[in-house]
Amino acid sequence: MPSEEAVFSVDGISRSYGTHVALSDVTLTIHRGETVVLIGPSGCGKSTLLRTLNGLITPDTGSVRFDGELVTPDASVEMRRRLGYVIQDGGLFPHLTAYENVTLMARHLGRNGADTSARVTELAELTQFPTAALDRYPIEMSGGQRQRVSLMRALMLDPDVLLLDEPLGALDPLIRADLQADLKRIFETLGKTLVLVTHDMAEAVFFADRIALMREGRVVQIDIPEHLLRSPAEPFVTQFIRAQQKSVEAMRRLDA
Amino acid sequence: MMREVRFLAVVCMMLAVVVHADDKRTITIGSKSFTESVILGDMASQLVVETGIDAEHRREIGGTRILWQALLAGQLDIYPEYTGTLIQEIFADQDIPDDAALRRELDNVDIDMIGPLGFNNTYALGMQPRVADERGITSISNLRDHPDLTFGFSNEFMDRGDGWPSLSARYNLKPQSVRGLHHDLAYRSIADGTLDVIDLYTTDAEIQKYGLRMLIDDLNHFPRYDAVLLVRHDAPESVRNVLSRLAGRISQDQMIAMNARVKLDGQPESIVAASFLADTLNIDTSPNVDGFWKRLGQTTVDHLILVAVSLGAAVFVAVPLGVLAGMRPTSGQAIIGACGIVQTIPSLALLVILMKPVRWLGAEGFAAPAVVALFLYSLLPIVRNTATGIINVPLSLQESATALGLRPWARLRLVSLPLASPTILAGIKTSAVINVGFATLGALIGAGGYGQPIMTGIRLDDYRLILEGAVPAALLALVVQGLFELAERRLVPRGLRLKRHH
Repeated sequence: MPSEEAVFSVDGISRSYGTHVALSDVTLTIHRGETVVLIGPSGCGKSTLLRTLNGLITPDTGSVRFDGELVTPDASVEMRRRLGYVIQDGGLFPHLTAYENVTLMARHLGRNGADTSARVTELAELTQFPTAALDRYPIEMSGGQRQRVSLMRALMLDPDVLLLDEPLGALDPLIRADLQADLKRIFETLGKTLVLVTHDMAEAVFFADRIALMREGRVVQIDIPEHLLRSPAEPFVTQFIRAQQKSVEAMRRLDA
Repeated sequence: MMREVRFLAVVCMMLAVVVHADDKRTITIGSKSFTESVILGDMASQLVVETGIDAEHRREIGGTRILWQALLAGQLDIYPEYTGTLIQEIFADQDIPDDAALRRELDNVDIDMIGPLGFNNTYALGMQPRVADERGITSISNLRDHPDLTFGFSNEFMDRGDGWPSLSARYNLKPQSVRGLHHDLAYRSIADGTLDVIDLYTTDAEIQKYGLRMLIDDLNHFPRYDAVLLVRHDAPESVRNVLSRLAGRISQDQMIAMNARVKLDGQPESIVAASFLADTLNIDTSPNVDGFWKRLGQTTVDHLILVAVSLGAAVFVAVPLGVLAGMRPTSGQAIIGACGIVQTIPSLALLVILMKPVRWLGAEGFAAPAVVALFLYSLLPIVRNTATGIINVPLSLQESATALGLRPWARLRLVSLPLASPTILAGIKTSAVINVGFATLGALIGAGGYGQPIMTGIRLDDYRLILEGAVPAALLALVVQGLFELAERRLVPRGLRLKRHH
C-alpha cells in the first residue's frame, strides 16, 4: 500500500520551448509505493513532466526533489541509477545484445560477473524473457521482447522508482494486451514506486493508483480513478474520459 | 572500436620509427627532374661507391630550390648544378663576376664546387625551322615583331631570375600567349605545332631529334651554365677526391650523346653513366639496374609509408575533432570550415608551401612535406563523417544512455562512438582512397612512391613507365577499398550490420 512518504516533490515547475509552453506551474507529490499515471492528449506535457523527474529535462522555474534531493542535470548521475527508465520502443542500443543492454551499466560500474548474470536470470524469469534470446540483437527481437529487455535493463540495478514513457505505445493490440497483464503482475511483485505515461485511459485505469490528467502543460486533476470518473474537476476531464469511455468500460469488464 | 583505433595509431608510430631509423651515414646524392641531372647523379653515386662508402641517389627530386635547400639542410651531400643557375638564381641578389667569386660564396655556406665538368648547358630558345623560316626569324630579337606566336616554357624557366622575366625585359618581348608546362611535354607540343617557341637546354637530345632551330642570343642574355658538382664540406675527403676526377672530362658532344642514349634509345641512366666512367676514366663501376619487381617493391613501400603515416595521423586527429564538431555545433561549423579551406588549396601549391615550415619544425626527409599535405587533405572526410555520425545518434538513445546514469565520456565511448562507427569508418575509407591517389603527387617534391615512375615516364616519354606507377596506384586504391570493407565487418558492431528479418 502507498505510504504518505514523498518520493517526488514537484514544486511549481514550468518549461517552455520558444513560444510553446510544455509545462506551466505544475505541482504534485508522488508517494512511495504508489503508481501514478500521467495522461492527456498529445503535446500536453506528460512526457516532459516525466523527464524532469530524472533530470533529462531541467525546468525553467520551480524545483523537482527526489527523496528530498534536488534533481539537476549534474547532480543526477548517481540519482539516475536509482531511477529505472523505460521508453516507447525500448530505447535499446542496437549495437549491443539483449544481455549486453541489460548489463551495460553493471559492467561499466565493474560489478561482479557472477552476481550480474544471476541477476539477469532472475529478471528474465520475472519478465518472462527467454534466456536463449539473451544474445540476440534488438533488431532480431519482436517489439514485445524489446520492451521486456528494456524493463530488465531498467530493473538491473534494483532502482527505487520506475519511470515508463508509453512503454506499450509502439506495440500492436494483441501483444499489447499480453504485455499489459504481464507488466501489472511484475509491478505488483516489485511493489516499487511507478510513474507511467500513456495516452490511453483504459491503460491508465488498469495500472493507476492515481491518475494525473494533463492539458496544455498543466495538471487539470490528480485523483484516484473512481473520483476522476465520478467527480471531474472541469468539463475537459469529462470530455477526455467520454472520448475514451468505450475502451475503459471494456477494460473494466475484462478486469472484473 | 577504441581498441582498434589505438592499434592503428601504434602501427603508424612504428612505421614512422622504421622510416627514421634508416639514417646511418651514407652519402646522399640528389638530382633534378631531368635526364642530364639524373645521369650526372648516377655518375657521382657510382664514383662514391668506388671509394667504399655507401651512396644513395635520390633521383628526380625536383627543381633547383628544392635541391639547394636540401643540400644546405644536409639532407643531400652532393648534387649536380650549373654555374649560371647559381649566379643568376641562388645568389641573384649578389653580384658575382666569375667562377672564383662563386667558389668563395659557396665556401661561405660550407659547400665545395667541383668542376666545371666540361660542358656548358645554357638556355636557348628554339623553334621549328619551318615556322622560323616562314617569318624570317633567326635571333631572339626577331621575336619582338611576332607577338602572335605561342610561347611555352618549362615551369622553372617561367619564374627563374635568369629565365623568362629577365629575358622578356631584356629583349622587350610581349607575346600574347605564354604558357608554363613540363619541359619534356614542351618538345612534344612544338613537334605537333601547339607551341611555336620553347626554351631549350643546349645539351638536350631532342634538339636533334626534332630538328629544332636554336635562336641566336644576340643580346647575350643567357650566361654560361657550366655543369659542376656541389659537395658539402662535411663529406669525406675521399669522396671529393674521386669526384674531382670528373672535372673537365665531359664534353658538350659527349653529354648530348649520353642524353640521347637515355631519352631516345631508352637505356637506363645508370648504364649510360657507367659506360662513360669506363670509357673516359677507366673505372669499372658495374652498376646494378633494378629490375621491375625491385623497383615496384621500392615504390610500393614508399607509397604505403606516405599513405599509412598521413592517414594514421589524420585518423588520430580528425576523429576527436569530428566528435567535438558533432557535440558542439557552433565550433563544429568552424572546424569543418577550416578543414574545407585546406581542401581547396591546390595540391602542388600546398606541397611547396609546406616545405619550409615542415623543415623548420625539424622534420627530416623528403617525404615529410608530402605526409603533412596528405594528412591535411585526409582530415575533412573523416571530421565530417564523424560529426555526422555523432549528430545522427537518435535522441532517444542518447536519453536512454543518460537516464541509465552514464556520464558524458562513458556515453560517448559506450554508445555514441559505436553507433557512429559505420559512418566514421566510411569517412576514413574515403580519405584512404583519395590519399592513395594524391600520394602520387609526392614524387613532385622527391617523396617517392608510385608518382616516381609516372614522373620518369613523362620525362622519358615512356608509357610503360607511366603505367608502372599508374596501374599499381589504381590497384592499391582498390585494395585499400577492399581492406576497409573487410575491416567494417570486424569493427562495426554486429548488431548494426544485421538486417531486420521479419
